[in-house]
Amino acid sequence: MPVQDPQERNSNFNEVALGYTEEQAVLEAGRCLECKNPKCMEGCPVNIDIPGFISKIKVRDFDGAIAKIKETNALPAICGRVCPQEEQCEILCILGKKSEPIAIGRLERFCADHERETNVEKRPVAEPSGKTVAVVGAGPAGLTVAADLARVGHSVTIFESLHEAGGVLIYGIPEFRLPKSIVKEEIDFITKLGVDVKVNYVIGRIKTLNELRDEFDAIFIGTGAGLPKFMGIEGENLNGVYSANEFLTRVNLMKAYRFPEYDTPIKPGKRVVVVGGGNVAMDAARCAQRLGADEVTIVYRRGDEELPARREEIEHAKEEGIVFRLLNNPVRIVEGENMTVAGVECIKMELGEPDGSGRRRPVPIEGSEHLIDADIFIVAIGTSPNPIIFTGSEGLERSEWGTIVVNEDGMTSIEGVCAGGDVVTGAATVISAMGAGKLAAETINTYLMDN
Amino acid sequence: MSYKILEKREMVPNVHLIKVDAPDVAKAARAGQFIILRIDEEGERIPLTIADYDVEEGSVTIIFQEMGKTTKQLGTLSCSDDLQDFVGPLGHPADVRNLGTVVLVGGGIGIAPIHPQAKAYREAGNRVISIIGARNEGLLILEDEMRARSDELYVATDDGSKGHHGFVTDIVKEILDGDEEEVARIVVIGPPIMMRVAAGVIAPYDVETIVSLNPIMIDGTGMCGGCRVSVGGKTKFACVDGPEFNAKDVDFDLLMSRLSLYRDEEGQALENYNKCCSGSDCKCQ
Ligand SMILES: Cc1cc2nc3c(=O)[nH]c(=O)nc-3n(C[C@H](O)[C@H](O)[C@H](O)COP(=O)(O)OP(=O)(O)OC[C@H]3O[C@@H](n4cnc5c(N)ncnc54)[C@H](O)[C@@H]3O)c2cc1C
Ligand SMILES: Cc1cc2nc3c(=O)[nH]c(=O)nc-3n(C[C@H](O)[C@H](O)[C@H](O)COP(=O)(O)OP(=O)(O)OC[C@H]3O[C@@H](n4cnc5c(N)ncnc54)[C@H](O)[C@@H]3O)c2cc1C
Ligand code: FES
Repeated sequence: MPVQDPQERNSNFNEVALGYTEEQAVLEAGRCLECKNPKCMEGCPVNIDIPGFISKIKVRDFDGAIAKIKETNALPAICGRVCPQEEQCEILCILGKKSEPIAIGRLERFCADHERETNVEKRPVAEPSGKTVAVVGAGPAGLTVAADLARVGHSVTIFESLHEAGGVLIYGIPEFRLPKSIVKEEIDFITKLGVDVKVNYVIGRIKTLNELRDEFDAIFIGTGAGLPKFMGIEGENLNGVYSANEFLTRVNLMKAYRFPEYDTPIKPGKRVVVVGGGNVAMDAARCAQRLGADEVTIVYRRGDEELPARREEIEHAKEEGIVFRLLNNPVRIVEGENMTVAGVECIKMELGEPDGSGRRRPVPIEGSEHLIDADIFIVAIGTSPNPIIFTGSEGLERSEWGTIVVNEDGMTSIEGVCAGGDVVTGAATVISAMGAGKLAAETINTYLMDN
Repeated sequence: MSYKILEKREMVPNVHLIKVDAPDVAKAARAGQFIILRIDEEGERIPLTIADYDVEEGSVTIIFQEMGKTTKQLGTLSCSDDLQDFVGPLGHPADVRNLGTVVLVGGGIGIAPIHPQAKAYREAGNRVISIIGARNEGLLILEDEMRARSDELYVATDDGSKGHHGFVTDIVKEILDGDEEEVARIVVIGPPIMMRVAAGVIAPYDVETIVSLNPIMIDGTGMCGGCRVSVGGKTKFACVDGPEFNAKDVDFDLLMSRLSLYRDEEGQALENYNKCCSGSDCKCQ
């Protein structure tokens, strides 16, 4: 797939991957064997009919292809861009055994982009059922539930705490990886289905879950895992230390990269250190680079193979000149003048015995402490569910990690209240949040029809 | 979404009152909570304390001082203009209970957030002694309203143009030194430097003292951590854990340092704004 040149793109926020042309898409689709027992589909959390949509691309029926995808996935332009396909569908592709698997993600993206460019008719919605559903949180999980329930005729209201819908897709994942115009169009599609999106509504403050339960026939909670974790090391409150959430929110949601045209400022930094190895760390590092830093370093306590980010993002980050200091862990942030950051003290790590998760546990190498110069330090070591939703939610069962407990149908301990996405699993993926949304929508629909 | 301005007036130079149409916020609002607003698409999200709310009218009142670009621009808006975003109520409500005698101290713009608390503490059955202060008489806000809501009201001005010549903390000290009042709690709201001084003055008396902290915020829901403050050696997010904390535990130096982080950028934003608005084809108003 064509991409923007690394030297050019590391100073702009335009999309990195440019997408297939029609010819490239048809050519790639032509390689699909259309297996009788398609393995790829088993890896898709929302069960897209993969050979089905690819066969339509082969015969240039692009409208048919997107219709096929949208039967089960309301947000294909997004999933095509951010899903970890290499661990889900593409890894199971038979062609991958001998050569390259079919580029399923890229083809999905192509279909969605083609539809947006040519504006095909949206599909009709069922007769109103007279039932009302409140969805809390407008991330991928909430948007999926809303779309599925609106389609079968229920009246859906989404309550979102920020001033824009989209969840992580809007405030977290940067423009150069997922253009915001695309997210907005996918949300438009959902509002066209009749969903009412109320932004600036923090549930737990303006209204509680218990109050919503009295007003609506059913509820879905998809409030994500938005609470940033800090490391608990010395110097973490110094000026110049950001959580990745704050750094990315300033850049993406508030458009600080266009300051002063936009009012929200950000400290770009000359030497930026990011701790963490996931998509969040890659995004923060690549944003810092684009804001004009001289050197951006990712510090991660395990090795290259263990980096949890999407492979494509790791490769892109390396091409753009991000320095990777693997098997390293920050132990202290060094204070400079006026409570600012002067550097980060790190310790080298080695991999020991496998831990509970099966990954080899990193252990510090004593005496290997060393200093990295830095003026900005970004913490990207994970997030947990934001507890604000739990104010006034008596009866809602939670785990010891603060996630909501659900049964195999996605129902919580309160009848008629489902939950899904990161608030149930902890930080995961867009597509798993959507998969949980699909399941919850089915459960809610059955519940509404039975009551 | 957009939120209509129902009323707007300049109370004293550079301090404005705006009443906003936000019925659901008004219904849930309690003394001590705040809102976050954004004027337009390019705007910054800024937090302002709920100075009053009216459930029947469905309105929320905020009072703010012109500090930089956003508050200056907000000052130029007028009745029937819209705010693009208005989210709240945020933060925990003030912990208002019947304690006996409560002293409320408001300095400068800090009188605005103290003002709903006077009403709430009184309704809860407390004897409310309020002390309000400003640099001079011309900058003093809400004096009549505070008088009506307090059992006793003291005024202090730095230049002696009204009431006590000196700081609000002088009066606090006098009350604590005297033996007429058994003070159960003191609430102090104002610039960080004033809250720090007050905390120091009150410390020897061992009276519970509450302050409301104002660090830089974005979301106001606990998702960015930008508003972190250090209280009793522990990191707290002021927007969700506060904004009120026990004064004796607060690291005010850290708060003040973090508030100054974007000084250069704020200066630049204000300069651009002033330049643009003095031109003939100003888009800002
Ligand atoms: C920087 C970053 C990069 C990522 N990159 C990828 C990637 O490349 N591929 C991938 O698959 N996954 C990626 N992820 C993970 C993925 O984005 C999440 O797993 C997914 O968004 C979870 O969806 P969700 O709907 O559960 O929650 P979220 O997307 O977090 O949405 C939750 C929404 O609920 C709102 N909310 C929270 N509390 C309340 C409340 N009390 N009242 C009202 N609204 C509330 C929030 O404001 C938010 O809009 C990334 C995450 C981050 C942070
Ligand atoms: C919980 C809370 C309640 C507040 N209540 C009131 C109130 O009732 N009345 C009032 O006049 N002011 C209040 N403030 C302060 C008010 O938010 C700032 O004065 C305002 O954000 C300044 O924005 P500006 O663009 O005009 O000025 P800028 O030039 O951007 O900044 C001026 C100063 O304000 C502070 N500031 C800047 N941006 C923010 C931000 N996003 N959040 C918080 N502080 C910031 C900085 O310390 C800066 O030095 C409150 C702050 C908090 C956190
Ligand atoms: S303002 Fe973002 S966590 Fe408090």
